Amino acid sequence: MNSSPAFKPRAVALISGGLDSMLAAKIVQAQGIYVEGVNFFTGFCVEGHTQAVNSPKKAKPKRHSALWSAEQIGIPMQIVDISEDYKDVVINPTHGYGRLLNPCLDCKIFMVNHALDLVGNDGKPFDFVITGEVIGQRPKSQRAQTMPLIAKESGAHDRLLRPLSAKHLPTTLPEREGWVDPDKLYGFSGRSRKPQIELAKSLGITEWSQPAGGCCFLTDESYTKKLRDLWAARGKRDYDIEDVVLLKIGRHIRPAPHYKLIVGRREGENRFLHGFRHKFQHLTTLSHEGPLCLVDGDLSHAERRNAASIVARYSRGREAAEVMVRYTDLTGVSEEFAIQPMAPHELPAAWLLTN
Amino acid sequence: MVSATVIDARGLLCPLPVVKLQEFARQVDEAVEVTVVATDPGVLEDIPSWCRVNGHVHLSSRQTENEYRVTVKATPQR
Repeated sequence: MNSSPAFKPRAVALISGGLDSMLAAKIVQAQGIYVEGVNFFTGFCVEGHTQAVNSPKKAKPKRHSALWSAEQIGIPMQIVDISEDYKDVVINPTHGYGRLLNPCLDCKIFMVNHALDLVGNDGKPFDFVITGEVIGQRPKSQRAQTMPLIAKESGAHDRLLRPLSAKHLPTTLPEREGWVDPDKLYGFSGRSRKPQIELAKSLGITEWSQPAGGCCFLTDESYTKKLRDLWAARGKRDYDIEDVVLLKIGRHIRPAPHYKLIVGRREGENRFLHGFRHKFQHLTTLSHEGPLCLVDGDLSHAERRNAASIVARYSRGREAAEVMVRYTDLTGVSEEFAIQPMAPHELPAAWLLTN
Repeated sequence: MVSATVIDARGLLCPLPVVKLQEFARQVDEAVEVTVVATDPGVLEDIPSWCRVNGHVHLSSRQTENEYRVTVKATPQR
């Protein structure tokens, strides 16, 4: 290993947008190491942009949490799209799922492995990887037993530094080589956030992202219910990025195994779904203001009427005796229905895939 | 700065427009003005942030009825 005086070690830090990864990168950067951040786009990331689709008029700024974090601590950061390769992690996790469809352990192994192969903005490789993992912080991936497993199975071995829990873990290459001072690393453990918050204050970090339930839709009950439904309806565990996005948008209703309705809930969602009209049969209301509804599947004539009645139920004409609804197929041919909106009690709860 | 380029990121949700811009920026050997055309309003926040973080220059952001056009000067990083 290079230890000449001219040698400048370089680290890549996994940045999720949360506090721990921000602190981990900052601690190492403060020791004079060149640190670049990386944020992996899996497709399942919970980001402000879904909110942007949902609430376009909301005053709160929509920001990418990881980019924002990098800016706060003053490191360059790249965003890497791993969504295609990541499918195998979601569909076939070697170490299984957490409470929902979250393959957290496989995910961390996968990301550390990818980080090892990255080069910086200047085209040069990195000498080690930094993560914000804390022993005992998360039930699936951040346990004392899983920390060495991640280091081993990712191929990083002693090139993986967890600055927040380093004092509880075997010595890593950057510590052994004297690139970082072990005394300036930490020994945090457990679920308490207090030590991290204290450290943040001491580093002058006053604001950070706090995504409820984590930063991944695979830990979201409503989302994973829709993903399981998608797999069941298709008879196989597979998806593409369009599926992943559409599962985030609208009210999902499955009246029968062979078709599902995706009904926009508000203006932003309707506008977003509008961009998918050419790929789906769809329904719109004519006589009253109402949602755009995409149809995933093929409908018989009777099913079109049923779908029209459901769409009418979510329109401004829900109390009216009759609502005009237009159904349009993939060739652009349309059919209009004068239909009575479905009453709320007529819509079986089992059809609703959205909590 | 010798040329102008347009990246079509319409239909992509953030951060994918940023990823496309990043891929382009990594290839430049000299400063290049590039405009990202997108349909996700997230680009209005993310691209200027990405520029500040990575040493590029955000020049302008414009919004038309259904599209957002963000222009930056991508500078070589090597």
